[in-house]
Amino acid sequence: MKDVVVGYGAEAVLCGVSLEVPDGSLVAIVGPSGCGKTTLLRTIAGLIRARSGEMRLGRRMVTTHGIHLAPEKRRIGWVPQDAALFPHLTVAENIAFGLGGGRRAARRAAREDRVRHLLELVGLSALADRTPAQLSGGQAQRVALARALASGPEVVLMDEPFGALDPLLRGELRTEVRALLAAEGMTGILVTHDQAEALSIADFVAVMKDGEILQFGPPEEVYERPATPWVATFVGDSVFLPGVWRSGEVHGALGALTAEWAEAPGDTPADETRVTVLVRPEQLELTPSRPATGFAPDHAGLAATVTGVSYTGHDALLQLALRDGTSVTARVAAAGLLPVGADVVVGVRGRVLAYPNAG
Amino acid sequence: MSQRVDERVAELAVPPGTDEPDTEPNSKRPPRVLLLLAVLACAIASIPLVYLLVRVGSSGLDEIVAVLGRPRIPRLLLNTVTLAVSVTAASVLLGVPTAFLLARTRIPFRGLFTVLAALPLAIPSYLAAYGWLSAAPAMQGFWASLLVLTLVSTPYVTLPVMAALRAGTTGLDDVARTLGRSAWRAFWLGTWPQIRPATLAGGLLVCLYVLSEFGAVALFRYPVLTTAIQQAYGSSFNRNYAAILATVLVLLAMLVVLAEQTARGRARRRFGAVTGIARHRIAGLGRWTAPAIALLAVVPAFAVGLPVAVLFARLFEAETLRALDPAELGQAILNTLLLSIGGAVIAVLLALPIGALAARYRGRLVRAIESLGYLALGLPGIVVGLSLVFFSLSVLPALYQTGFVLAFAYGVLFMPKAIGAIRSATAQVPTSLEDVARTLGYGRMQTWWLVTARLARPGIFAGALLVAVTAMKELPATLLLRPTGTDTLAIELWSRTDVSAYGAAAPYAAALILVAAVPAFLLSGAGRGLGRGGAS
Repeated sequence: MKDVVVGYGAEAVLCGVSLEVPDGSLVAIVGPSGCGKTTLLRTIAGLIRARSGEMRLGRRMVTTHGIHLAPEKRRIGWVPQDAALFPHLTVAENIAFGLGGGRRAARRAAREDRVRHLLELVGLSALADRTPAQLSGGQAQRVALARALASGPEVVLMDEPFGALDPLLRGELRTEVRALLAAEGMTGILVTHDQAEALSIADFVAVMKDGEILQFGPPEEVYERPATPWVATFVGDSVFLPGVWRSGEVHGALGALTAEWAEAPGDTPADETRVTVLVRPEQLELTPSRPATGFAPDHAGLAATVTGVSYTGHDALLQLALRDGTSVTARVAAAGLLPVGADVVVGVRGRVLAYPNAG
Repeated sequence: MSQRVDERVAELAVPPGTDEPDTEPNSKRPPRVLLLLAVLACAIASIPLVYLLVRVGSSGLDEIVAVLGRPRIPRLLLNTVTLAVSVTAASVLLGVPTAFLLARTRIPFRGLFTVLAALPLAIPSYLAAYGWLSAAPAMQGFWASLLVLTLVSTPYVTLPVMAALRAGTTGLDDVARTLGRSAWRAFWLGTWPQIRPATLAGGLLVCLYVLSEFGAVALFRYPVLTTAIQQAYGSSFNRNYAAILATVLVLLAMLVVLAEQTARGRARRRFGAVTGIARHRIAGLGRWTAPAIALLAVVPAFAVGLPVAVLFARLFEAETLRALDPAELGQAILNTLLLSIGGAVIAVLLALPIGALAARYRGRLVRAIESLGYLALGLPGIVVGLSLVFFSLSVLPALYQTGFVLAFAYGVLFMPKAIGAIRSATAQVPTSLEDVARTLGYGRMQTWWLVTARLARPGIFAGALLVAVTAMKELPATLLLRPTGTDTLAIELWSRTDVSAYGAAAPYAAALILVAAVPAFLLSGAGRGLGRGGAS
């Protein structure tokens, strides 16, 4: 849908960002604080002037060679983090504000229908005459969304729309927003610093760091085939181990692991190349070892000792020390929790990813 | 490693609490129209100063040297500086403890004393001086001026310091105590840095106030620059002498502003990082309660209570009532209202582009425009009056001796108050509201009108009211610029104190207090920001 190359400011906050969003999809932009993701969103909205590069919404060119289409002419919906409802207007008036203030009388009838429809859509029909001060955080966010949808924009931009809500409400609203956008057939771009939120809600995820997009793709791809080790750590817990590449396997502290080369699928590095492998904690299989049998661990598993437990409820992360001193993390279902000091046998499920060593 | 450092730097650039900055003020260039309007407003507002300098410049070096060589000059300068410094010091010594008692101790009737502490602002200095004089006709000279001016100007220190104490934290004191410092030492290390900028700002206001003071010092016959300017202008055969004296006074005031700016800038850099939740302990007073109450009562009682009591005692004497002409009084009230409201409108019109610009944008140009807007803080009323007399006589003779010039003088003089009010009112409107309005299809001007101005309206209105109240009490510029035959309350009051007809002045004094009290009452909610509005 568009092709963005943006740089701006005395020091570039966004250094040549390119992004193409398919029509009707929901894209999540994730990244750590200060990586420029909000700046990117504001640039798309036209609230910030891009220094160079060009940007298209649908077939309309909105930014090119120093030409800048004003935000009010871009036909976008904007949902800021704090909802930003106009305090001097009621809920219904807030939504109607998006329908334009000119020729009030002529538009009143249509407006009332449209507003009622939108209120129904976000499930707030009963609150039409309340003032924003009387709304809860979740309700305010819904009104902000309805207001953004009111004028029928081509794209809805959301800046951490769930950031200020409690976790339970957040999950609920997330599903609603997704359904709403799908129902209206609108394209959505959402900024968040919560990678779990990004992976769960979006059709596509863009991972940003230091003003650059490191990876763009469907959530599964981003999680399973992260472009760089940094992306891997950002989107989920990761274990990195050094190893040596030998014909499709990496030999390291966990033994020989079936591996894939992360740089280019299908391609392989030369044998004996030193590499770093990524293992997701949930790929590690643990079985309690029974010292009584004296059964020596074979190639399918390595002996290790639990050195730490971090319990999260539904599952737990275990810190393990392998016999050679390497430390790894494994995710296990909380039900099968092992105490600190327990001896276990570690196995690896599935394929792992190998990255070239840095430098 | 280098990567990690970069990340931390990036995080440092982000204000705590938010994921990413809400606005990027540096990246936004102010719209050209707004910039142009702000520059235009600054240009209009600096007419008096510029014209004064042009006139003095054209009078020739010889004359300037001759004037400055007069034997009276050193004496006038010394008197002015001595009075300004002593009143400032005395106000700080009185104001800071008052603020501390009101903000950080469990004083009885705290609400009442807080209102009382701000009350002297409602009394013009010449009225307080007149009240004291009618009670003790022998009062004269430096000590009388010091006493009355200190009483009247202490709130300029009390209010901002109190606000700073309320917003501040005693967390740093606690840390200092646990690290083995005494209570005093801990206050010095923890709390003082937090209130230092406010104290400086308050001190600056007092100092400028005294420099431009005219009424009280004239009544107490203490010769300073302002009274000398008035005399030179009155004797009218050498008006260049008045203009040169006025330039000296302006330079003095600018020096004070500059000194405060430097001191505050340093303070902000050093103590800008005071963060954390603003939580502070409230101390019990125990056996110190009685002396504390006495301290709190002293300023309002002597600044407001005594003069007002004396005036009202005079007011109901038979002789006073017989001398009173109700029609004249009514006309004076009407004139006062019209002129001060006109001044408020002009001040707000001039201040709107500057305040809006300063609230939303940063950068060297914006800062320069804002400082220019605050320039009038250092412009004594008598200087503006004098310069506008010259200006209207030689450039726009049609306007000479019209109410418009006087209202314009009020507008220029009190524009800083309006800028402060408009700036803070605009800054309180979240920029995200403007962003939303823009994306909803409203242009910049429409957004400003439908959202920003709509939400900032109460603050802007309060600023206008503040200007009107101040203008009602203005004396020196009014004396020079009023159209012949148009008498305001301040003028009527002043002309009657001149002939020592104390009783006859009483009704006008009472009317002035009452008329000014109405908007002051309306302002009482916003009144808390008064000290800050003028100081920032």
